Amino acid sequence: MWRARRAGSLVGMIELEGLTKRFGGRTVVDGLTFGVRPGRVTGFLGPNGAGKSTTLRMVLGLCAPTSGAARVAGVPFRDRARGLRHVGALLDAGDAHGGRSGVAHLWALARANGLPRSRVDEVLAEVGLADAARRRVGGWSLGMRQRLGIAVALLGDPPVLVFDEPLNGLDPEGVRWVRGLFRGLAAEGRTVFVSSHLMSEMEHTADDLVVIGRGRLIAVESLAAFSARAGGGGVWVRADDQGALARLLAAEGAGVTRRDGGLLVTGVGARRVGELAAERRVVLSELTPRRASLEEAFMELTAESVEYAAGEGR
Amino acid sequence: MSARTAPVADVGEGRRPRFPDLVVAEWIRFRSLRSTWWALGVCAPVVVGIAVNAAWSDQANWPGYGPGVKEIFVPVWAIRDAFNDSAAMIMALVLGALGATAVAGEHATGLVRTAFTAVPARRSVMAAKVLVLAAVTALFGTLVAGVSFWASQAVLARQGIGMSIGDPGALRAVAASALLAPVAALAGAAVGALLRHAAGAVAMTAAVLLLVPSLVSEKYAWSAALDHALPLSAWDHLTSLGPEMITPEHPATTAGSWAVYVLWPLVCAAVVPVAAHHRDV
Repeated sequence: MWRARRAGSLVGMIELEGLTKRFGGRTVVDGLTFGVRPGRVTGFLGPNGAGKSTTLRMVLGLCAPTSGAARVAGVPFRDRARGLRHVGALLDAGDAHGGRSGVAHLWALARANGLPRSRVDEVLAEVGLADAARRRVGGWSLGMRQRLGIAVALLGDPPVLVFDEPLNGLDPEGVRWVRGLFRGLAAEGRTVFVSSHLMSEMEHTADDLVVIGRGRLIAVESLAAFSARAGGGGVWVRADDQGALARLLAAEGAGVTRRDGGLLVTGVGARRVGELAAERRVVLSELTPRRASLEEAFMELTAESVEYAAGEGR
Repeated sequence: MSARTAPVADVGEGRRPRFPDLVVAEWIRFRSLRSTWWALGVCAPVVVGIAVNAAWSDQANWPGYGPGVKEIFVPVWAIRDAFNDSAAMIMALVLGALGATAVAGEHATGLVRTAFTAVPARRSVMAAKVLVLAAVTALFGTLVAGVSFWASQAVLARQGIGMSIGDPGALRAVAASALLAPVAALAGAAVGALLRHAAGAVAMTAAVLLLVPSLVSEKYAWSAALDHALPLSAWDHLTSLGPEMITPEHPATTAGSWAVYVLWPLVCAAVVPVAAHHRDV
């Protein structure tokens, strides 16, 4: 068992040190330095084009860094003769030959890593593809290919797992299953590093977050710390005489923003808003303490570094 | 969905994987593509069919041939019935395309990323792939060339003008035709490793193997040397028996033609792993 065998070592650690990649004159990944720990699910977040996939490809030795280094368990991954027992990875669900069956795809990978065929049947059962596996991958749905990619990642029973946008194309049941799988893998002491461009995907799955934008590191913290920072969402209130309430609150020193036919109040609690309204006999139809969603906090954090922003609404 | 079926310890230490495991893995990849077998399955009867058809025409027309033709029919025309230009071109085209798609197809589909993540030792992966490609196509070439020779000469034997494998030069012609298959497949694999785009690699392989020989003139020493350095020209020389019809100014040599048959696959086989080793995927 790998935990017993390599106890106390760097097993499971993914470390990036000043990792940089330039394509021509464009810097896609810019001096990333951070670590990913075992026993936790780490979300790797950033808007489209932030450099997440390029970073993961450098971690896996598929791309050579322009400068800096990435190591898994203390070793650059490309120095490994065989990979599946060290790192399991799903980069793109399409990374299989459409003309080959799912089992043949897995057999070749298993054999190259000295894994028995029985292991292929095990992972196929685990991802729910046991029945489809003998058909050619070309005819499969995106969700089925994601499952095949997850099967590849699990094949070598590795201590480190890397997934690039694994939830794309999965149905709600599949999304729930993947989340449970990631939690389970982390609970077994493995390192689970999952990229996504949607905070909502990570909200219920990740323990830690690494946020990048335009190739640069924006934040590395636990989800709890991130959520605390995102807190203080203000109070949502609706009143019959909205103007009067707004003046009262402004006099109290609160920040008031009119939005969607109500008021978003910051700086005072829900109880104080209620008291003020009662004193001046303003009728309230709605009073809700509001937490900023992680999605909003994420958007705010990365707003500066959105690579492909949509134009103003027409 | 089932719960996790395999606790961490199940896969355990296992066997330490070695190069032969990579070769078996590549053999699994090779045999599990239906398109490969279609290509080979269509190519073989077409090539053999061309040989049998040529032999059939000759044995039917034999009584009408003049004494000049009859005198040199064995071995000049008898061997050309077994191995003629159009059959060789089809063989080179199909096997070249097979080699090109075997490598470029993996880049185009993205399979290389999965394969190189599973086995970061890229040069070993590609060396195993080249080995499997060379072995399978050599076997295929031997089968097709052997049957082409045997069937065409059996037909010619109806008029008593068939050759046997023991006749001078017959074995050389069979070997050269058999080896054209791996030579073309490895050339395709090298082009596929450099271009990485399946359709582009197939077109470029066809151009290198078939178009270039027809464009190079034999008039000057340098262009004749270039022509003789091409696989199809080497094949032509090695499968030509008996007296030359027209004596060229700059003739090819048998040793030189065999050298082409050795150097092309060696260089091409080396290009594939080296190209994969140095470039991002």
